[in-house]
Amino acid sequence: MATPLVVSEVAKSFTMHLRDGIRLPVVANVTFSVKAGECVVLGGPSGVGKSSILKMLYGNYGVDEGQILMEHDGKLVNLATAEPRTVLEVRRATLGYVSQFLRVVPRVSALDIVAEPLQARGVAIEDARARAAELLSKLNLPTALWSLPPATFSGGEQQRVNIARGFITDHKILLLDEPTASLDAKNRAVVVEMIAEKKAKGTALIGIFHDEEVRDAVADRILDVSAFSPRKAAA
Amino acid sequence: MSAVPLLKVNDVSKFYGSRIGCRNVSFDLFPGEVLAIVGESGSGKTTLLSCLSTRLMPTSGIVEYHMRDGQYRDLARMGEAERRFLMRTDWGFVHQNPADGLRMTVSAGANVGERLMAVGDRHYGNIRAAASDWLERVEIGIDRIDDQPRAFSGGMRQRLQIARNLVTNPRLVFMDEPTGGLDVSVQARLLDLVRGLVHDLGLAAIIVTHDLAVARLLSHRMMVMKDGAVIEQGLTDRVLDDPREPYTQLLVSSILQV
Repeated sequence: MATPLVVSEVAKSFTMHLRDGIRLPVVANVTFSVKAGECVVLGGPSGVGKSSILKMLYGNYGVDEGQILMEHDGKLVNLATAEPRTVLEVRRATLGYVSQFLRVVPRVSALDIVAEPLQARGVAIEDARARAAELLSKLNLPTALWSLPPATFSGGEQQRVNIARGFITDHKILLLDEPTASLDAKNRAVVVEMIAEKKAKGTALIGIFHDEEVRDAVADRILDVSAFSPRKAAA
Repeated sequence: MSAVPLLKVNDVSKFYGSRIGCRNVSFDLFPGEVLAIVGESGSGKTTLLSCLSTRLMPTSGIVEYHMRDGQYRDLARMGEAERRFLMRTDWGFVHQNPADGLRMTVSAGANVGERLMAVGDRHYGNIRAAASDWLERVEIGIDRIDDQPRAFSGGMRQRLQIARNLVTNPRLVFMDEPTGGLDVSVQARLLDLVRGLVHDLGLAAIIVTHDLAVARLLSHRMMVMKDGAVIEQGLTDRVLDDPREPYTQLLVSSILQV
């Protein structure tokens, strides 16, 4: 099987036009790959560019230089230069993302938010909802909340909706941005178990975990992002 | 994923005398794709939308549409009758002010039914059944089918306008500030409705809005306009999370947080 994700010499900077156009280099020469069934954890202090790397992998952030190669639908796609509709197609079928915060859609119930990615892959709504219900009960989200839009949920409840939504599909690559940050010990353990299941199924995972216990439980390898500091590259 | 664009826009400009409406706009729109055009008042959004939807003739440039027979047709070279037929059947146009898109003095049912009659439906029972089905889909009570839109609230009128546009199963819908002037709870309901319909029907849509939150929720792709030109475009998430151009950064940083 081909390596699901190869990142090669990626660089990123921000130009802040509202502050006299100062240029903030974020990362440079980011090079790594993730194998099927492997969980790579991005490490290093806050502000070193961990989240920026995840956002580039998902396509939320543009890429200045380098390649992000993913195996999608039997072909190799360079996400760094792909057309918007290709990026969306890769997200639908190959690339999942659990963000730190849930972006809520007005009036859509928690259950349907979780079921949506499966529906988008052509699964019938009843089946998608049944699978969503399974995941939400596994994550101990009270049944009474399932039919409500999550706008008024607590941080931990929203995060569990987010995790269920990210884990419901069998995407080959899954990005995790601190999925356990606002969870209690019991639910953290559930997420650790869910990550182990994904690894067993051959999913390539890239994550940020500040919680050491979770990190040690899930990481096959820790990638020190400070090695990609552009200041270091310049020196 | 469909390989051929539904709409091909090549170097479209519109001048009002010596003033620029919009200039040198090119893009392809694919089936099922939702494109948001954002920018402040006077940036050329509505002029561009009018040029694309044949409501205005561009000064230069070509807009081609992929007809149901598989041929591309240059919209400017189409006859008036053919263009009107396209607008009534394969296209929809949702105006900011529902009164511009509805007939205010005929019943809600007739407003929806009229578009069906335009495509040759003559059976009263079928037309009424389709009208009630669509009123239900846009959450207007069936007991209101014989009321005139004059008696409807702003949000209901807008939902009725959407039903009227979608009843003929169009492939492309143009929307000009569809949620402008509605209060937030009504707006949320409308957004949810539009989002669901676009998804279920696989519609392509071009939505003009100055509200970036609306663009984020509804669109796949985004174009930012300033002084008549497209200054930045790309995946909606990318443009909003990592804006590159000075004006886009200003727009994004001006969003009020709730």
